[in-house]
Parts: sequence; C-alpha cells; structure tokens
Amino acid sequence: MQIVIIGCGKVGKTLVAQLVAENHNITVIDTNPEVVEDITELYDVLGIVGNGTSNQILQSADIEHTDVLIAVTDRDEVNLLCCVIAKQKSACHTIARVRNPIYSAERHFLRHELQLSLTINPEQEAAREIARLLQFPNAVEIDSFAQDRIDMLRFRIMKNSPLEGKALRDLSPILGGNILVCMAGTENGSVVIPDGNYVVKVGDTLTIIAMPGEAEKFFNRIGITTNRAKNTIIIGGGGISYYLTEFLLKMGTEVKIIEQNKARCEELNELFPSAVIDCGDGSSQELLNAEHLETMDSLVACTGIDEVNAILSLYARKKVRKKVVTKLNHVEFDDVIDSLDLDSVVNPRKLTAQKILQYIRAMNNSMGSNVETLYRLMNGKVEALAFIIQKASPVTGVRLADLRTKQNTLIAGIIRGGRLIIPGGQDTIEVGDSVIVVTTNLGFVDISDILD
Amino acid sequence: MNYSMIRFILAWVLKVEGVLMLLPCIISLIYRDPEGKVYLLLALAAMLVGGLISARRPKNMELYPKDGFVAVGLSWVLLSAYGALPFVFTGEIPSYVDAFFEIVSGFTTTGSSILSDVEALSHTTLLWRSFSHWVGGMGVLVFILMMIPSQNGSHMNLMKAESPGPEVSKFVPKVRNTARILYRLYLIMTVVQIVLLLAAGMYWFDALCISFGTAGTGGFGILNSSCGSYTPAQQWIITVFMIAFGVNFSFYYLLKIRRPKDAFKMEEVRYYIIIILLAIGVIAWNISGSGMYHGVEETVRASAFQVGSIITTTGFSTTDFDMWPTLSKTILVGLMVIGACAGSTGGGIKVSRFVICLKSVKQAIYAIAHPRAVRKIRMDGHPVPENIMRSLYGYMVAYFAIFAFSVLAVSVDNFSFETNFTAVAATLNNIGPGLAQVGPTQNFGGFSIFSKLVLSFDMLAGRLELFPLLMIFYPKTWKNC
Repeated sequence: MQIVIIGCGKVGKTLVAQLVAENHNITVIDTNPEVVEDITELYDVLGIVGNGTSNQILQSADIEHTDVLIAVTDRDEVNLLCCVIAKQKSACHTIARVRNPIYSAERHFLRHELQLSLTINPEQEAAREIARLLQFPNAVEIDSFAQDRIDMLRFRIMKNSPLEGKALRDLSPILGGNILVCMAGTENGSVVIPDGNYVVKVGDTLTIIAMPGEAEKFFNRIGITTNRAKNTIIIGGGGISYYLTEFLLKMGTEVKIIEQNKARCEELNELFPSAVIDCGDGSSQELLNAEHLETMDSLVACTGIDEVNAILSLYARKKVRKKVVTKLNHVEFDDVIDSLDLDSVVNPRKLTAQKILQYIRAMNNSMGSNVETLYRLMNGKVEALAFIIQKASPVTGVRLADLRTKQNTLIAGIIRGGRLIIPGGQDTIEVGDSVIVVTTNLGFVDISDILD
Repeated sequence: MNYSMIRFILAWVLKVEGVLMLLPCIISLIYRDPEGKVYLLLALAAMLVGGLISARRPKNMELYPKDGFVAVGLSWVLLSAYGALPFVFTGEIPSYVDAFFEIVSGFTTTGSSILSDVEALSHTTLLWRSFSHWVGGMGVLVFILMMIPSQNGSHMNLMKAESPGPEVSKFVPKVRNTARILYRLYLIMTVVQIVLLLAAGMYWFDALCISFGTAGTGGFGILNSSCGSYTPAQQWIITVFMIAFGVNFSFYYLLKIRRPKDAFKMEEVRYYIIIILLAIGVIAWNISGSGMYHGVEETVRASAFQVGSIITTTGFSTTDFDMWPTLSKTILVGLMVIGACAGSTGGGIKVSRFVICLKSVKQAIYAIAHPRAVRKIRMDGHPVPENIMRSLYGYMVAYFAIFAFSVLAVSVDNFSFETNFTAVAATLNNIGPGLAQVGPTQNFGGFSIFSKLVLSFDMLAGRLELFPLLMIFYPKTWKNC
C-alpha cells in the first residue's frame, strides 16, 4: 500500500520500521530536515521536508494515489488539519493522533464530521492497557483477539508454582480443556513454541490462550489469586493518570495520585472528587514510605521521566502486593528493559503504533491478505496472527492431525461462532472460522503459509 | 566496514556482467563470428563464479555510506577489468592495458578509443563495446538494485555513489522501484531511437550500436568516420536523442506522471537548453565563414550535432571539428567541462553544479555590497542546503586538482599542450575525442602505458563523480576506525 506518515517522532519511527518490514511504500513528511535525513538513511522510504498541512507538500507526496495517511505530529490541530486537507484531494483513509482530552471526548463527532478513519489517543490507550493489567495482576502482558473475546496472557512462573518442573503433557488436569500453552520464553531470552515434552522451569514466562473467564479460573487452580487490584497508587498526574483514574474509578478501584504540581493537583481534585490527590514529589523515598506501599495492591509509575519510573518500579516491586506497572516512552533498548525485574511495562508510543498497524492490516485484508490481527511478541521473535478463513483451501476440512505444518508453528485456537475451540488432532478448520496461529516463522500472510 | 556485503555486491556485479555478455554471443551467432566462443566462455565463467559467491546472502545487509562508495568504486574496477578480457582473448586488442582502456572508455560512456581502424573489429566485439556504453550509462549497480530487496535505507548509498549529480533523490519510496522506473524510461527511449533510426533507413546493426552509444552518452562509433557517413535525417535523429539523454531523468518521470508544469520548471533543464541553443547559434555563425559546409542546413546540422555530442559528453562526430576556427573550438572545450544535467547519463561537472557555482559567485559579490545581508543560494526555488554546498565545493576543488595532476602526468609523453589538456578534459568528462592529436579523426593509441592508466583513472573518476574512486585510494578507508 502507499502510505504517507506525517511527523517522524518516536511513533512515526516505530510505524515506519514496522510498515517497511511489511513491504509497504512509505513517504514520510516532517518539518525538520535532520529527522527526515535520519529516517531515510535508516529505512527505504521517501522523505519530504515540509509541513504536512500544506497542499503543495501533500501533492509532492502523491496524495492522490495514497491509500492511508497517518498524522502523528506532536500537535493535535496539525494532525487533524493534515487529514482534512488530504481528504480534499484524495480518497485515502486518514488516521490522526489526537491527545487533548477535549478532542478525545468528541472523537466520534470529529471522526464523523472530518471523515477520519481512526483517531488515536496514546495516553488513553496506555491507560486502558494499564487498567486491563490491574484487573489481571498475574499477567505480564495481555493481547486480545476476535474483538476482545479471546485473550492471550503472558505470565511468569514463580518459585513454588504448581507448574514448576512439570512437562506440559502432564498439565492437562490443571489446564483443563479450554486453555493452551502456546509459547514459552526462558530466562535467557530464547523463545520456543512448546510441545508436550516441554518442562516448565522457574523464571519462564508462559503464554496461554483462553477466553477471559477461563483464564481467571486457571489462575485460581494454580494457586495464584487473580483478584484484581482493589487500590492503586499512581505516581505522576499527567494525561495517562487522568484517563487511568477515569477507568479505575468506574471499575470501583480506589485511586491515589501523587503529583508535584499544585495547580495540577487542584485540577485533578475538581475532576475526580472521589480520588485521593497528594501533592508532593512521588520519587522521594520518604514520601513513598509515608504512603505505606505495603498496604497497596498496585503502583503505576507514570511520571514524565523514564528513568524515574523504572527506579520507582524496582523499588515498589518489593513492597506492593500485586502489581507494578511502569510507563516508558523510549522504544529502544528492549533487551535491557526485559532484563530488569519491572513486572509490566506499558509504552504509549508502541501501543499507538500497534493500534495503527492493526488498522492497516485490517485494510490489507480487503486487498487480499486475510490476517485479521497480528501481534509481534517477545521482542519481535514470535508472531501471533488471527486469520479469517474466507474460502476453502488446502487447510480447510482436513483433520489437524493430518496437516503437515511448518516447524515451530502452532494452531493455537479456532474461533467458531464466538467460542474458542482449543484444537486437538480431530478438529478441522472450516470456512467462516477465525484461526489463531503462533509461530516463529515471521511474515505469514495467508493461512496456507502454515503448511510445510 | 561491512566486507561481506561488499563481497556480495561484487559477486552480483560479476554475475550480471556474465549475463550481459550473452548479448554479443547472440550477435556472433547471426554473423557467424568465431569470437562468440570467447564471449560465451567468459560469460559462463562470470555467472558461475559470481553465482557461487553471491549464493549466500550476508547476514547484515546494511551498507554504511563509506561502504556504498567503496562498493561502487570497486564494482566499476572489477566490471572493467573483467570486461576487457574478451578483447584480449579474441586477439583483437592484444595488449591488456589497451583493452582495459577501451572497456573503461566503454563503461564510463567516454568513447575514447585506442584503435585506429574500428572497422577491422568483429561485429561481436563492436557490439560489446557499444553495449558497454548502454550498461554504464544508467549504471550497473542501479541495475542490481532492481534485484536485491532491501528494507533499510542504506542501499540508497549505492545509488547515491553511482548516479551523477550533487543531490540524488528517489522518485518513489522504494529504491528498488526507483531503479525500475529509471531503467524503464531508459529502455523505452533507447527502443524509440532504434525504431526511428530504422525508419530513417539505417542498417539494423548500426542502429543498435549507435542507439546504445547515444543512450549511454558514450560515443563509440562503428565506422572510422564515426557518424559522418550517415544521412542528414539520421544525424538529426541522433542529435535530438543525444540532447534528450543529457536531460535529468526526473524531467521524464514528471512528464510520465503528468506533471509537465513541474517538469518545465526545473531550472537545470532550462539552463541546459539555453546553453545548447546559444552554443549552436554562435558556432553556426562562426563556421559558416570557414567554407567547410554548403548551405544553412548543413552548417546548422554540423554545429548542432557537435554541440549536442560534446555537451552531453557523448563524443560522436560528423565532421573534423579540429579544423574549426578557434572560437568554436574554445566553446566546445567549455561545453566539455560543463557537461550534461545531473541525473542523466552524461558526464562533466553537470549543469546544476555549474549554475550553483555561478550563483555563489554572484552571492559573493552581493555580500561585498551588503555585508550584513542574509541570503541563501536557491535552486528550483528552494534554498540549497548547507551540506550540499559543502560537498559541491569539495567536488570542484577535487575536480580541478585531478585535472591539473592528470595534465601534468600525461605531459611526460611530450605531446602538445592542446593535446594533453583536451585528452584529460575528454576523459575526465567522459566525452571521447579531444583536439589536435586526440581529435575526432585521431585516437589515444599513441600514449604510453602510464598515460593510458592515468586517463583510465580519469574516466572512472569522472563517471563516478570522483569520490568513490578516491575512496579506494584513501588509505584510511581500509582501516577499521
């Protein structure tokens, strides 16, 4: 597809990296010549220096023949204007990053009136993700398929877990029939798609696939209390905290926010009378001690500085009862961050990029590929894809036991009529199903790619 | 430096050269030339060796800017070194240095020859010579870029190093697709010329070779008289196409995507056309008094053909312009240095560099009159970025330094100053013939081996715009730091 990306900040760069890997034709527009030069050195894209709201610049990016325009500059108004102007000359889909809560609250109106295909609010996305994690404190990461009806949860095996030292084939009484272990990451960073002989070790992160209710029962069975966090302390009162508080209060979680800026504290208090707002430096140890972290279920570190967040989390990890979530803005140094014992990490920019990518992949569906959802997991070593089976193929109607699939490829789930079927050898894939595939062979575009 | 990637690229160059050598093989079948066997064996050997070495793709496909330059420089040396072999093995040019000079002259689209009797060559070799122009014109690495898939932007470094002009940009987001567009335009224009020449009654083999020479702005003729014995209509067709291939290819791309307004706004193309028209006018007036030509048409045709041939650095000739009055000869030498447009197949300094340099002179004068004024040099309405200006000045200094040292080195052979000066001008700018001893009816065969190597270096340096070749000889390139 022809894609134009306006704004080459961190989100822009993450998008370019992913979209180039998926073989799209990309033109980037930014007002800063150095940024444009950098990105064209790194990736095979066309760079244009200029303001994306200018019709002339959009013309030189060949906007008439563009399929998608993505505006991710740091200013909402610019993003919206880019989309509106592009729409005048082109039938392209438009995606705008909109952060201001005022616009965000009116996003349905904006989307309709300005004919936007998608608006995305990184802070809200991050808040939603954090809220989800606080509901499921045991999972490190949660991804969902089939319109949130199927969850993929990653969790770490702690000492004394009943799973420790057992081979997967012996786990069926614990797992039950509705859950499948589809991926295992060892402590040193390698990833395997496990078979029945895989022995679970302490420090592994296992990924299971399940319907949301089933996952909860499973965690109960293996002795991990899945009770969601009942109270939360949020360090930093920025945009994410605002949205997160909104979500959490709705869910009935008690919220305490520590924010340094007095004016902001007052503002937050006006917005959320039921939340406790403390004015003070959340990164000071005395203040945290005074808050009695050991009585808290969870802590969310989302100040504006990554380093502070990381250190806060490492400190809180030992005290807080259930869950620590760290917000990080940097998208690089994945390996280093993984090696820290941070519990869950939420990256608003990555989430934004992922959401946009999903939209673009869905667009690609109508243009041939039938990937419905795609997640890159474990630092991009593994892909989990959901395929929609639109027509009969060599894969359909054959018992799975008789399919010769590629190595390290697992059919992890079949979704039929909204229900998840954990596939066994006797099951078949039928037209109309969604099929979830987990694989280390990257770049599948069609379900028949799973065949050897 | 990423040595395994450079090895991979060099292997690809060898492989592609092998495939290209199959074209002369086909011609040898038609003419039943015994030389065909040599070409076939060399082609197979190149494909085999290149294929084996490039079979395994390097893990790290990234090319740092330095690697790009070195890869391009080495590729062209390899291309020439191997391309010279058929001349030697067929016995048609027994000395390897002569053969090397001849094929470098071919690939760099120069068209200078060491041969005194071209007509004695077999058809197979004539075609290989002319075909080397066509390959060298657009560039062999641009050709390879069409085939190597890339995700990172670093492969653009290859294109930057090989394509002429101060600023190389892509037409479309992917390098690969840009390379395809370039070669498609190039191929279409070449085919159109062949068809037109056939329609004007030219023999098919001549039409093929002359079109290859025109497209690459090369200039190897296949007759001793170069283009002098072709009919006026044929000469006009060649003139128009020479000038057309000297135009920046962005111009044609803009026409193709139906943005003619932007195409004709290109400042470089405008200056290029103005310079050509002026030169044709002045020379036609100047030579009309010499009594060499009869009638206005013949005078203008001689003037236009020579001007088109020299400014685009093709180097065909229809007349012995060494006999022209001094004013005309001086204008021609001036055109040699200016050269064609950036982003074309032509050589020389390039019109755009020349225009920017003149503008910076104007700027300097303006700055004396208004010491505090802030004013940027503009091209096509946009300010020229600082880094482009810097590399342009570097280029100009390097150009004249190489020019001066080459004239000095060639002087050892004790020819006249005019000969030495124009010999260097003709090779460094990839033109072909110079004046006096290396004039259109003469050749470079009289130079010593040392001079031939110096001039071969000049040709490669000129085609690759100096720096890729200088990089190879810069000792620190080969140190890891």
